[in-house]
Amino acid sequence: MIVLSSISKRYRMGEESFNALAGVDLHIARNEYVALTGPSGSGKSTLMNLLGCLDSPSSGSYVLNGRDIASLNDNELAQIRNREIGFVFQSFHLLPRLSVLSNVAQPLVYRGLPPKERERLASEALGRVGLASKLKHLPNQLSGGQRQRVAVARALVGQPSILLADEPTGNLDSRTSEEIMALFDALHAEGQTVILVTHEADIAAHAHRVIRLVDGRIESDLRQSPREAACIS
Amino acid sequence: MYQLIESLRAAWINLLAHRLRSFLTTLGILIGTASVVAVVALMQGFSDSIKAQFADLGGTALTLSARNEFSNWNTGNINQLALSDIDLLRYRVEGVRHVAPVMGVSYGGRVRYKGRSASPQVMGTTADYVWVERRFPEMGRFLVEGDDQGRRRVAVIGPKLRDDLNLPRNPVGQYVQIGSEWFKIVGVMAKRGEVFGMSQDNYLIVPFDVGRALQGQNRRLMFEAHFTVADIDEIEQVKERVSRTLRHAHKIAPGKPDDFEVESADQLAKQFGQITAMATLVLGGIVGISLLVGGIGIMTVMLVSVTERTREIGILKALGATRRDILLQFLIEAGLLSLLGGLIGIVIGIVLGHGIAALIPNFPPASVPISVAVGAALFCALVGVAFGIMPASKAANLDPIEALRYE
Ligand SMILES: Nc1ncnc2c1ncn2[C@@H]1O[C@H](COP(=O)(O)OP(=O)(O)O)[C@@H](O)[C@H]1O
Ligand SMILES: [Mg+2]
Repeated sequence: MIVLSSISKRYRMGEESFNALAGVDLHIARNEYVALTGPSGSGKSTLMNLLGCLDSPSSGSYVLNGRDIASLNDNELAQIRNREIGFVFQSFHLLPRLSVLSNVAQPLVYRGLPPKERERLASEALGRVGLASKLKHLPNQLSGGQRQRVAVARALVGQPSILLADEPTGNLDSRTSEEIMALFDALHAEGQTVILVTHEADIAAHAHRVIRLVDGRIESDLRQSPREAACIS
Repeated sequence: MYQLIESLRAAWINLLAHRLRSFLTTLGILIGTASVVAVVALMQGFSDSIKAQFADLGGTALTLSARNEFSNWNTGNINQLALSDIDLLRYRVEGVRHVAPVMGVSYGGRVRYKGRSASPQVMGTTADYVWVERRFPEMGRFLVEGDDQGRRRVAVIGPKLRDDLNLPRNPVGQYVQIGSEWFKIVGVMAKRGEVFGMSQDNYLIVPFDVGRALQGQNRRLMFEAHFTVADIDEIEQVKERVSRTLRHAHKIAPGKPDDFEVESADQLAKQFGQITAMATLVLGGIVGISLLVGGIGIMTVMLVSVTERTREIGILKALGATRRDILLQFLIEAGLLSLLGGLIGIVIGIVLGHGIAALIPNFPPASVPISVAVGAALFCALVGVAFGIMPASKAANLDPIEALRYE
């Protein structure tokens, strides 16, 4: 489903230039559960942004569901983000003035769905993350864990082919982190492809495949049995 | 469509989230619109009242009169209408409704009643005059056909003449003296009031033939024909037909100028209307510049707002918003902001216009045509959208990653 071939991302900083990603080759199949780990500054977020079509590589090719991302224009990229990708951010990134329901329904606005349909799908998604009772709340009336659930519901509402989460538990305490991870486990069990970034071993332990980045290169790519890993942690 | 509604809703939420700022931002537009509307209201009221006065002067009637150049008066070779021209007009021209000959009677001396005297305008006309001019007596009656046929010495007077001569409030049945002849008053016309300080009610009307006799046979008979058309939209065609018929009757060779002219009484009013329209346009335009200043205010605040909401824009892009979606969102917000200011401004402008008109003595009441109100509202929305283009395209062109990372 995802095929990356010798992907590089170069940042220019004045005179010097610096490779945040240096030749990444990667295949990810449907319904995989992948954890990206690595030290801070190793290029995890950069890779996630490329996967999420928020950014484009300096060189290399990215084929998503058979489409070469480099050949797409701005509108087509927006459409891919809207339909194929569900993004969960470390700091939630909810829209502060909109209700929980409207936040979750927002991606559907860009599909031109009528309001009733949007609300139906959004409350369904909120039901899946266990927030059916908070539809009318504003984000600042919720706890961190609840906010991240809203963000997950928003990422799911459009039935994307990949769920991307960049340190989804980075701003949460360990108990709430476990709840969010249980949610990801459940989504994966239902067939969702999940890719998440973390530098915590016990979070990575939930995944079936752990990819370790160092200095913009893949250092290791290991498949693991998640149950076992979860027990060890 | 849903997106448009959604954008409007989002714009509304954003404006409400910063109520005070939104209000202050749109203050320029508000004041600009209020001034434009007030100016237009005052000018329009002024022009309406002038038009009404002109309409009073001549209504919608047309006038056929002899045409004389300066040279005609010099050589004494003066054109005049023939009495037969009245019949031509009445019976030979299709589309003509009512016709009344009107002559200004020159009479020796003054009009007298019980030791008082006055010098009103004396007109000779026929019973049809009321239908041509659509002006009716307030007391008694107007001339009737029998008055002309029987050459009765009867008169219908304007209310000002009644007051000048100190006639009874209802003077019907009283006799006044014109020169050496006595006339019985049979009616008083309704009051018309003043135009530019001149009373329109100081006159006396006698039957046409009586008027001819009154001024003596040795004087030249100068009269006009006032007439109306059956269908107001056909005025030009009827004028054309009158011209053709009279040229034929007067045996005017092709290429030679008319010896008569046909005018509509509202021509003067039309000219005046054009002048006030110009003045309104110029004044409105000058004040309209303040709207542009208001637009710049909106642009500034929208730019600030785009910067503040950078992260939000990044989120929307990550969720799949296209450039166009973001552009539309901010354009609508700017347009809505400006439109709201404009709507409040229109209301204030109307109130202001009426207030000023009421404060100035003798100033006619202000009036705002609905088209001006709607036009002003649309223009405001347009100003908002136009000045929103720059901030909106700045928002639309933000890079999603950088926008998301913005603190
Ligand atoms: N816009 C940018 N400009 C310059 N350098 C950047 C930019 N974004 C990321 N980097 C650099 O690229 C490297 C990788 O960053 P990142 O992908 O965020 O790392 P991680 O998420 O693994 O901590 C870091 O050294 C970071 O400083
Ligand atoms: Mg990172």
